[in-house]
Amino acid sequence: MTVKILPSIAPSTEKFTFKKLLRSMWRQRWLYFLMAPTLIYFLVFKYGPLWNAQIAFKDFKPLLGVMGSPWVGFKHFETFINSFYFADLMTNTIIFSVAKLLLGLPIAVICAIALHETWFLRFRTFVQTMIYLPHFLSWVIMFGVLLVILSPGNGLLNAIIERFGGEPIPFLTSPDHFRWVVILSDIWKETGWSTILYLAALLAISPDLYEAAAVDGATPLQRIWYISLPGILPVIVLVTLLRMGHILEAGFNQIFVLYSVPVYSVGDILDTWVYRQGVLQFQFSLATAVGFFKGAIGLGLILISNRIAKRLAQQSIY
Amino acid sequence: MLHTKTRDAVIFQIGLASFLTLILLIILVPFWRVIVTAFIPLDIYTREGVPFFLSPTRWSFEAFKQLLGHSMFPRAAWNSVVITLLGTAISVILTVPLAYGLSTRNLPGRKLIMTLVLFTYLFSPGLIPVYLLITGMELTNNYLAIILPPAVSVYNTLVMMSFFEGLPEELKDAARIDGANELQVLLHIILPLSRPILLTIGLFYAVFFWNEFFTPILYLNDNDLLPLPVLLRNILISASFNEYVEYDAFSSSSLESLKAAGVLITMIPMLLIYPWIQRYFTKGTLVGGVKE
Repeated sequence: MTVKILPSIAPSTEKFTFKKLLRSMWRQRWLYFLMAPTLIYFLVFKYGPLWNAQIAFKDFKPLLGVMGSPWVGFKHFETFINSFYFADLMTNTIIFSVAKLLLGLPIAVICAIALHETWFLRFRTFVQTMIYLPHFLSWVIMFGVLLVILSPGNGLLNAIIERFGGEPIPFLTSPDHFRWVVILSDIWKETGWSTILYLAALLAISPDLYEAAAVDGATPLQRIWYISLPGILPVIVLVTLLRMGHILEAGFNQIFVLYSVPVYSVGDILDTWVYRQGVLQFQFSLATAVGFFKGAIGLGLILISNRIAKRLAQQSIY
Repeated sequence: MLHTKTRDAVIFQIGLASFLTLILLIILVPFWRVIVTAFIPLDIYTREGVPFFLSPTRWSFEAFKQLLGHSMFPRAAWNSVVITLLGTAISVILTVPLAYGLSTRNLPGRKLIMTLVLFTYLFSPGLIPVYLLITGMELTNNYLAIILPPAVSVYNTLVMMSFFEGLPEELKDAARIDGANELQVLLHIILPLSRPILLTIGLFYAVFFWNEFFTPILYLNDNDLLPLPVLLRNILISASFNEYVEYDAFSSSSLESLKAAGVLITMIPMLLIYPWIQRYFTKGTLVGGVKE
């Protein structure tokens, strides 16, 4: 192709010199100009907070500012790790994210396989449309829906419980039930949407395999067990790994909307605690230290899970 | 797939259909309950609570009249529209150049920019440093406080970048030979070809801003500025109910009906654009992976 010899897109195999770098930068001046607003945006709104994060290692006083406040080292981290709420917060956070993953994933896989197997294509499209919908609704709307189902007065579930002679249960304010409300409502909202990935993986399986199975007289269940499931196993493993990287993300928006004082002991997670301590109690340094702690562990987990995912992906290629 | 209609296969299909119907009911019944609760007339409600079915002749629009008759709800809806449109515009305008720059392979410093962008995606120190930044910039009671911190999503940028990378390089080169600069290439060559990805990413940003309720609670103290989801939350937890709705002993609808009607009003705009969202997310997710 003749275009390739033009200087502006010449491959950079030439020997590197400072002058050449400046020249190629000058050639791209329009591009830098275009990107400048976004880069400045990143500097202010993404790196500004990172700069402010130093107060995790300081005793932040609003009057002294971020720079003027005295350094205290890991004092706030120690306070947090040695505090009585540390174990509760970590337990709640991990229970929520692990339970959402472990219960939600099999349901999503089963739904995807059912959608893939069914002969009624119009029905399938309709089901897909409906189960994707809740993903696009905010947790405030979900809270309204949950009230209509779970409230002790007129909630549908409590009406059913009363019909069968039981006592109505205040699900949203009862410490015995609140965790289930959080886990199951998340599954209700997000499982439909997460079937998209598995459905795409199922559609990518070669039809030859299914035809061969049909010729061999495989039953529907054998077909699912020996073709569909192994076919989407890499995606299942990948999703699980990537979700493990976000294990400390237990769903702030959801819990912020749903929880209340009676269920703090079973519902409070790292993020909600950071909000209350920092914004409501003005413990800026301590709250930032907890946020930093969560961010650092998150970074480590993501790097590890990405590395494992990459290694597994390579293995499955060869 | 082969459809061999053996007896086993037919039984299996019936099983699948009933399973999918069950899933459908689990999704739909709660919404149905919200609808019935919103439309139930006060006399039926006080007599027998909320029934599962409601005769169509008895549907009452009182709860909707009461909510929309008060100035707060229409204003909050308008605020939500402003936040969503402004937020989506700013987000797209900031995302496109970054994605385009990162997709240009011979841009000096591309790797450095990529690393800096990815780092903010992988490590976040949490809420408080952002809160201090925003309050320090005195953006309280300003919609920019809600729009700017999440304006550029790294994930959306990467999706858009991989779309740009998939566009044939020859197109850009042809324009460059004709003497076009990068701005002209982007405006006249790239963007017209990128309608599907722009709409997809724009819709994702719009859904995000429409649903946002935590940062408005955090940064807006002025009741007149609140968006719809925050108003709905305040109504649902019955905090300062009378500021938003005329509700007293003479109210012609129950508290439950008013809450359910609020949920429906907040949901309707999303239901209206949902068909478009659905069209574009299927396209968009495919488009991200397709090269040329």
